[in-house]
Amino acid sequence: MHIIDRRLNPGGKSLSNRQRFMRRARAAVRNAVKEASKGRNIRDMDQGGEVSIPAGDVSEPVFRQSSEGGKRDHVLPGNKEYVEGDSIARPQGGGGGRGASADGMGEDEFRFVLSQEEFLDLFLEDLELPNLAKRQVTGEGAPAWRRAGFRSYGSPSAISIPRTLRHSLARRIALKRPGRGEIAALQEEIERLEKEGADEATLAPLREELERRTRRATVIPYVDPLDVRYRRYEQEPTPIAKAVMFCLMDVSGSMDEHMKDLSKRFFSLLYLFLKRRYEHVEVVFIRHAHMAQEVDEETFFHSRETGGTVVSTALAEMVKILQERYPLESWNIYAAQSSDGDNTASDNPRSLALLTESILPVVQYYAYLEVGSDDAQPAMPGTDRPTNLWRAYELIVGPKVPMSMRKVNHRRDIYPVFRELFQRQEAVTV
Amino acid sequence: MSALVTPQEAQPIFTGLDWDFTLIDKIYAEVEKIGLGEMGLDVYPNQIEVITSEQMLDAYSSIGMPLFYQHWSFGKHFARDEALYRKGYQGLAYEIVINSNPCLVYIMEENTATMQALVIAHAGMGHNHFFKNNHVFKQWTDADGIMDYLAFAKDYISKCEERYGHEEVERLLDAAHALMNQGVHRSPRKRAMDLRSEQKREMERREHGERLFNDLWRTVPNQRRRKGMRLNDEERRRALLGLPEENLLYFLEKTSPRLLPWQREVLRIVRLIAQYFYPQRQTKVMNEGCATFTHHRIMNRLHEKGLITDGSFMEFLHSHSNVVLQPGFDDRRYSGINPYALGFAMMQDIERICKEPTDEDRRWFPDIAGNNEGYATLREIWANYRDESFISQWLSPNLIRKFGFFTLRDDEDEDELLVSHIHDERGYREVRRALSRQHDLSRRDPDIHIVDVDLAGDRRLDLTHRVHDGVTLHEDEADRVLRRLADLWGYEVRLTELDEDEDEVIATHDAEPKRPFGG
Repeated sequence: MHIIDRRLNPGGKSLSNRQRFMRRARAAVRNAVKEASKGRNIRDMDQGGEVSIPAGDVSEPVFRQSSEGGKRDHVLPGNKEYVEGDSIARPQGGGGGRGASADGMGEDEFRFVLSQEEFLDLFLEDLELPNLAKRQVTGEGAPAWRRAGFRSYGSPSAISIPRTLRHSLARRIALKRPGRGEIAALQEEIERLEKEGADEATLAPLREELERRTRRATVIPYVDPLDVRYRRYEQEPTPIAKAVMFCLMDVSGSMDEHMKDLSKRFFSLLYLFLKRRYEHVEVVFIRHAHMAQEVDEETFFHSRETGGTVVSTALAEMVKILQERYPLESWNIYAAQSSDGDNTASDNPRSLALLTESILPVVQYYAYLEVGSDDAQPAMPGTDRPTNLWRAYELIVGPKVPMSMRKVNHRRDIYPVFRELFQRQEAVTV
Repeated sequence: MSALVTPQEAQPIFTGLDWDFTLIDKIYAEVEKIGLGEMGLDVYPNQIEVITSEQMLDAYSSIGMPLFYQHWSFGKHFARDEALYRKGYQGLAYEIVINSNPCLVYIMEENTATMQALVIAHAGMGHNHFFKNNHVFKQWTDADGIMDYLAFAKDYISKCEERYGHEEVERLLDAAHALMNQGVHRSPRKRAMDLRSEQKREMERREHGERLFNDLWRTVPNQRRRKGMRLNDEERRRALLGLPEENLLYFLEKTSPRLLPWQREVLRIVRLIAQYFYPQRQTKVMNEGCATFTHHRIMNRLHEKGLITDGSFMEFLHSHSNVVLQPGFDDRRYSGINPYALGFAMMQDIERICKEPTDEDRRWFPDIAGNNEGYATLREIWANYRDESFISQWLSPNLIRKFGFFTLRDDEDEDELLVSHIHDERGYREVRRALSRQHDLSRRDPDIHIVDVDLAGDRRLDLTHRVHDGVTLHEDEADRVLRRLADLWGYEVRLTELDEDEDEVIATHDAEPKRPFGG
């Protein structure tokens, strides 16, 4: 009997089987994820979770007898009251005492658990950040040492023995250095002949040969300084892709809880998304009414303020923070603004100027989300008057401008709109 | 019986829950003493492998084989088992045992020392003995070669994936898996003769011919060869192809006109693995019964000898009685007849009949009643039966009463179900026969044959399904399987469902290849 401890083997042999399964069920799982994400709070959007998919896509059909029709005999255990000849009403839906249900598992649905990674992958599949080009390389992270071949000088600690010996072997073969075995064999041969009393005539050339070989073996060293190789390392700055995300939100009285909720969902999605693309993401919250100020997350989403709406203050604040804290050359800048579209009419020109002159040239992407109230009627032609801010922004949006705007009324639209904004666009952003 | 060690003398081999490798060694030694020494079991050498629960789940999802090739369906089962396990709906098996030589017994690290003893007794003695001695296994499986073959299969399939692409291999495996149950030889087939024996036969024939030679025969006009005796073309064609053929995968592998060599090899792999598992499907009740009986006896003896403490014996009893629980048909937990329960009860009952038979037992089992050789009788039975024959021969009236077995007739023409037989004098034999049939694989698996194909003509593959008792195939699934079959065959496929007696066509299913395999 042997005991073998297999625990040390890395588990997860099924991991690759699982991936195969996921690949197979991709379309179904993606839908399921979408469904699941609807009911989910955005804060725990990035947890994994159980999803169920229709079994049709991943069923494994076999020839089997149908569970209905025909005559069949079932043997069942646990009889208490029946006697021969009793009739029993046919149980509905195949349940009850029928021994027919195969293995207890419903075949029409297949439930399983997704890991966080898998969930997010599917969730954000096909999305791409526009203008990724400016992924900044900075020296802030510790530079990494990277193996970069071999060299013929270096510190003794970096000697590469395999490489050195390989060179030495090649040289020895090339120069025909006699091996230790060869010399020993020759020596033995001579000793044998000597014992047998062979004459000098036969021994002399052998001795000479031995002499020659021994000399050759000493002249050609086993390891020559020429052979020695050292591992070479290179210092390589690790690229750190850093991003800062500005969340701008109107908190004036006209923004109700519903609108804030929509904004929050949008911001969370964006944050989640950025986090997957960049190693380091910072978030700056700027809220504004008639005055703008930078606040923490808690205040940003929960406190209320009243007053008029002056968008340009927020933009100005953003520009100020950018200049102070986020040098352009080391940060990717994203901004998302959400508002109900109100703005003091006289402020529009100033906002536009700020946007076009100071913000749009430096940001990777500027998303404007206009949130409407839940009960907003479906847009009737003519009644759907664009808001103040929308009309203003429309003036500057163009194909060359890294900015886009969308309207959202309902929670369920957030995800589609988000996807729309970040849809992978082939060959558009070059 | 050998002299027993009195409990006072013996020290328990372990107390508490923890175990280590030396302890496993000690446990094994004691278990082996009882298993081989007292019960007279005959086993392959054991190889015990300790794994984690994660690895157990892994092994689970690949039909219990640790070395399986990769396929998404295993991932699916893994995902499902994992979800059920994590949520606590389903425990893990304590062990997995592989019918190979040496016999691989997988035990989980999470198990307590008692459970490890139980598992070693159950798998390392019980299953192992059954694998080595039962005739079905002897006939159909090659315990020495299976691990090597699985390693080869895994390697071969992953190489195919590299060369021909994941998708193509996956599609092929899907199709092959769908036919897996129709990929076994149910009876031993005539082997093609090797050259030497063919030569020998030819010589003997010639000698025979020479002995009987009589020149007069030449003058007799040979009427028969010209007429009647000759097979007509269709019959000849079928005979050449070896039709009818029940092993669909075998037929495809050998005859399919379009498959590439590697595709045939993959079909062969799936087929051989199906064949390897066929005995296990035929002997579920016996196999588990044998293992459960063995572990029950060994654990009891360990306790009697004082080698395990009362506490761990209680722990064993708890888990044992969970395993052999048979809920009644009206119980919420009921999900069919529990093979562990039935097998264990039958083994115990047989032993009882050997030792203390009642008059009824003497009437029913005159051969073994009161022969006082329980172990020998059981060993004999374990070697020579499979579920269906085992039940039809050895299920005693006593057990039928105890389980309260009754048969229910479900006829689609009637409005109500009929209790046709119960556990009484009139019903014993009928109930037993019905239960035996319920465990008969050849009745459970649909009876499907390839009957004809005209390779020179339209190459349509004709299959029939013999319908017993009006139970047809699950239509939707049959259609899907047929589509896969058509892809494998490369041409049209037709499945006809024929009534058993009247040769009346009940249904036909047709399928055309959509994306045929092969060049």
